[in-house]
Formats: sequence, structure tokens, C-alpha cells
Amino acid sequence: MHLEDGHIPAEYTRYIGRKLAILTILALLLIGALLVAISLGAAHVSIPDVVKSLLGMSVSKRTDIIIWQIRLPQALTAMVAGSGLAIAGAVMQSILRNPLGSPFTLGISHAAAFGAAFSVMLLGSGVMGSSQAGSISITNPYLTTGAAFICSLLATGMIIAVSRLRGATPETMILTGVALGALFTAGTMFLQFFADDVQLAAMVFWTFGDTARASWNELGILTGVTTLASLYFMANVWNYNAIDAGDETARGLGVRVDSMRIAGMLVTSLVTAVIIAYLGIIGFVGLVVPHMVRRILGGDHRFLLPATILLGALLLLVSDTVARLILAPHILPVSVLTAFMGAPLFMYLIIRGYKK
Amino acid sequence: MILDICDVSFTYNSHPVLKDVCFQLKPGELLAILGPNGVGKTTLLKCIDAILSPSKGSVLVQGTDVLKLQSNEIAKTIGYVAQQSESSRMTVFDAVLMGRKPYIRWNAGEKDLQIVDAALKRLNMEHMALRYIDQMSGGELQKVAIARAMVQEPKILLLDEPTSSLDLKNQVEILSMIRHVVTEHGMAAVMTMHDLNTALRFANAYLFLKDGKVYDVGGVEHISSEMIETVYGLPVEIHSIHGHPTVVPLAC
Repeated sequence: MHLEDGHIPAEYTRYIGRKLAILTILALLLIGALLVAISLGAAHVSIPDVVKSLLGMSVSKRTDIIIWQIRLPQALTAMVAGSGLAIAGAVMQSILRNPLGSPFTLGISHAAAFGAAFSVMLLGSGVMGSSQAGSISITNPYLTTGAAFICSLLATGMIIAVSRLRGATPETMILTGVALGALFTAGTMFLQFFADDVQLAAMVFWTFGDTARASWNELGILTGVTTLASLYFMANVWNYNAIDAGDETARGLGVRVDSMRIAGMLVTSLVTAVIIAYLGIIGFVGLVVPHMVRRILGGDHRFLLPATILLGALLLLVSDTVARLILAPHILPVSVLTAFMGAPLFMYLIIRGYKK
Repeated sequence: MILDICDVSFTYNSHPVLKDVCFQLKPGELLAILGPNGVGKTTLLKCIDAILSPSKGSVLVQGTDVLKLQSNEIAKTIGYVAQQSESSRMTVFDAVLMGRKPYIRWNAGEKDLQIVDAALKRLNMEHMALRYIDQMSGGELQKVAIARAMVQEPKILLLDEPTSSLDLKNQVEILSMIRHVVTEHGMAAVMTMHDLNTALRFANAYLFLKDGKVYDVGGVEHISSEMIETVYGLPVEIHSIHGHPTVVPLAC
């Protein structure tokens, strides 16, 4: 077929240009928000001083410690976790062809919470705490984190096993995820019923997603996993676009839909499990951010995924900063704020008209 | 032969859907697959495109077994227009650009964009290039799907009820365009259809499926009222109106 007499329409070039401009604006906003987030806190640091310190021009020892030991790792953790959760949500929504796709839909968060409760109650990992909540001591955070991670992967493994058995359809995956979510919630409630006061407090505390839990080491792991997962997702943008058009159309375009769905779910689960295991449960970012981006940029994954990374990072960074300051000197876990913000935002998006 | 279907059978949950289906297609042929609902027309298309694997028999595309081709190679050779509708939030241009996926490694190049523009122009759709497809009618979506299959630059087009959502004008336009493309560029097309008159008008070959088997296959000029009555269980007459054979059902 000879179809080479066309040209690139100027309107399409402008349309793509607008999308790239929005991505650039989001990136600039993120950089600005990072500087502001680092400058704000109990001890105020001016933005020029933040920039100087970040560029290696020492302002004062005290300022350097505040920036490099406390605020920068927390801000970067918020950005990495926000982007990881958001891109995982966007990909889950695509491969499951379901607007409610998120770590919660597939029971991954519930599995992680069960793992943490199991570790606290039966493995004696004690109380896992936040570096910013001095009254709570950390006895064995790695055991709790490890148990949460293993249980998240267990949930993923079970979903994949059922998908292998019954076909990797969105319905099979979602229904298995919902069933697993209920099972792990029941398991957590069972453990909580028999827990003593300290253990119960530890279990509940763990579920509060908190970016202050991560140090530079954990941040390195989170960044590595999120970056590799994002690269994998970006390499498959055309496949996700095709799956959005329907399984048959995607197969007709050469996409191995079942493999893509299982691999996508494995990688989204992995990145989510790592984030949840280290930071606790941070809801709504993975669900709401992709929907916000779709309203602004549409559903083309070439732009949806990078914009989701940027907006996810921005949203969690801003939320984390507000959570640190809103009830100062008390520090609110960021997950409380994302839930408070996310639910009304999601309802607003539904009322304004849902567009997948 | 551009397409050689040999003894293809397909069984779904131990229920035989297709039984020993055989036919061949030469370049320039436009075959209409006809038959009642549930007879296996869509299943046959999916077997040709390797979306389903036949339980028996083979599908040879330009002499090569389709199941031995890489999925990308199949997509470059066969364009498939499914029945299902879609509603993702993408522009028409981007939705059609997706048809270039088998050729795109990382990002769409200039040539891909030019081909999409040309396809949209062929289908008189260039004015709606930046409209979102979730705001379009069923007929418009069908045209998007056909444009997407065209930009795959395939040798064979498979169309599952391509005119089911189109109004009369669009039916004539689209089928005329498909016929033109097939004959001019030495391609072949297989369409499942319910409208016998449209099939008689635009296809040059037919294949009647009955109970999963080929009842008859040949040039459309050989379609008889007896054949239609046997396959559909409905008495019909075929009249010539302005030189075009037209099927008229006799029962109410």
C-alpha cells in the first residue's frame, strides 16, 4: 500500500509541542517545589542557602546537616515514592483496563500490612518508627520491611499463578486481587485481635506511610528499583497504548497481550512492594495521579507516563512538606494527608466526568 | 497465492467451532465470509491472524505458516480490524499512529507520521485528526480502526463486520476505498459480513459458512437464492437492480 504522499500536519506538531511544554513546566515546578520543601521546616533555611548547599558550597555546618541529613533524603524519598506509586498505578490501570487499578486493587498493600503485622507479632521485630518521631524506637526495621516485601510478592505470585491457570484477563487479575486483599485484611485483623497494646500500636503505626523512614541507603534502593521499573514501562508505551485499544486490536498489532499483562503486573507490584515495605502504605497517589494526568494530557502513554512520574513526585513532595508543617511541631504522616486530599480529588474527577 | 487456508479446525472448550475450513486467496481478491450468527466467522479471522491457534490445519501467508512468524512480522503482513469498540483518551491521529507499532522501535519517525496523514486523507478524516476518540461515534471509531489497519501497510486486510456501525454513505465510501486499495496494490481482504447486498456489491468472492464448515466458496456472481436459503434458512429472491444483484427476503 502506498501511503507516503502525506505530510506532518502543522496542528499535530503544535499539539505535540504543547504536551512537551506541559512536561517541561511540570519538571520546573518539581525543581522549585524541591527547593521550597528543603527550605521549610522547624529551622528555616533560605532558598539561596539551599541552592548553595546543594551545589556543594557549604553555608554552615548546621545548615548542611539539616539539608543533607534530614530534609534532602526525605524530600527525595517523597519524590521517588510518589513517582513510583504513580507510574505503577498508571500502568496497572492500562494493563488491567480498569480505572481503579492501583496497589490496593490487587491486594498488594493489604499483603504488605499483613507482613508487617506478622513480623511485629510473631517475629518480634518490635516497634518500627520514624526518624522524626523520637518517642518511638526502632528495634528491627529490616525484619518488618522484609516481611512486608515478601508478603507483597506472595500476593503478586498468587495473582500470576491464578492468571496462568485461568488466562491473564483483567477480570481474573482484579477479582483475585480483591479476594487476596480481603484475605490479608482478615489475617491482619486476626493478628491485631491477639496483639498486646505495644504490638497493636506498632502494627497500626507501620501502616501510616511516612517518607521520614528512609535514609540514604533505603533511598538508593528505592531510586534504583523505581528507575529500572520506569525504564521498563517507558520501553513499552506503544504496547500499553495498543492494549488500551482492546486485547484483539493489540494482538493484531503484534502485542503479546498476556505476557505484557503478567510482566507489567510483576514490575508494578515489585516497585510498589519495595516502596510500601520501606515507607508504609501511601494511598491514593497511584490511583489519582494517572487520572489527573489523563485529564490534562490524554491517554497516550508516551506522555502519560513521564507526566505521571513528574506529577506523582510533585504531589507527594508537596503533601509531605505540608504534612511536616501543618500541625508543627507535630509531624503528620504523609499518608493521612494524601488520603484526605485524594478522596475528594477523586470524587471531583468523577463528578467532572470520568475519562479513562 | 497470498493466503492459503488448509483444513483449519478450531475447538473451544471441546466444542468444535470450525471444521476443516479450506480456501485460497489471490492478490486483488476481496472475500466476503457469510453465514448466520455464531457460525465461526470471527473465529476464522482470528485463526488467520494467529490471535487464535487452530487445533488442526494451517494458515499459510505468502507460503509461510503464520504460526511460525514473529508477532511483529504478522502485524506487518496482516491488518486486523476487530469488532470491539475502544474509548481510550487519544486523538484520532495518535490512535491511527498506533498501527505503525510493528515498525516503531522507540519513537514514531517522520515517515510514520506522513503515512498516518496520508491514510487519514484517504478516508476523509484529516479534519478530525486531533479529536479525542472517546468523543466519537461508533461509525467514526470504525473508520479509525480501518485507518489503523491501513497504516500497517499489510498484504492482507481482515475486517470483522467493517460496516456494522457505518451509515449508508460511509459504508459505500469505505468499502469502495477498500476495494480500490486491494485491487490497485495487489493486496487481499477478508471481510465477515451480515449484509448480503453489500457483500454482493463490493466483494468479488464469497465463502458461506454453515455449522462451522465451508458450505460453498466462489465468485459472487455464482451466489444463488438456493444457497442463501440453505445457509440462513430463509427463502430469498435475487433481483437485478440497476445491474446490481440484490437479495430480497421473501418471509416476513
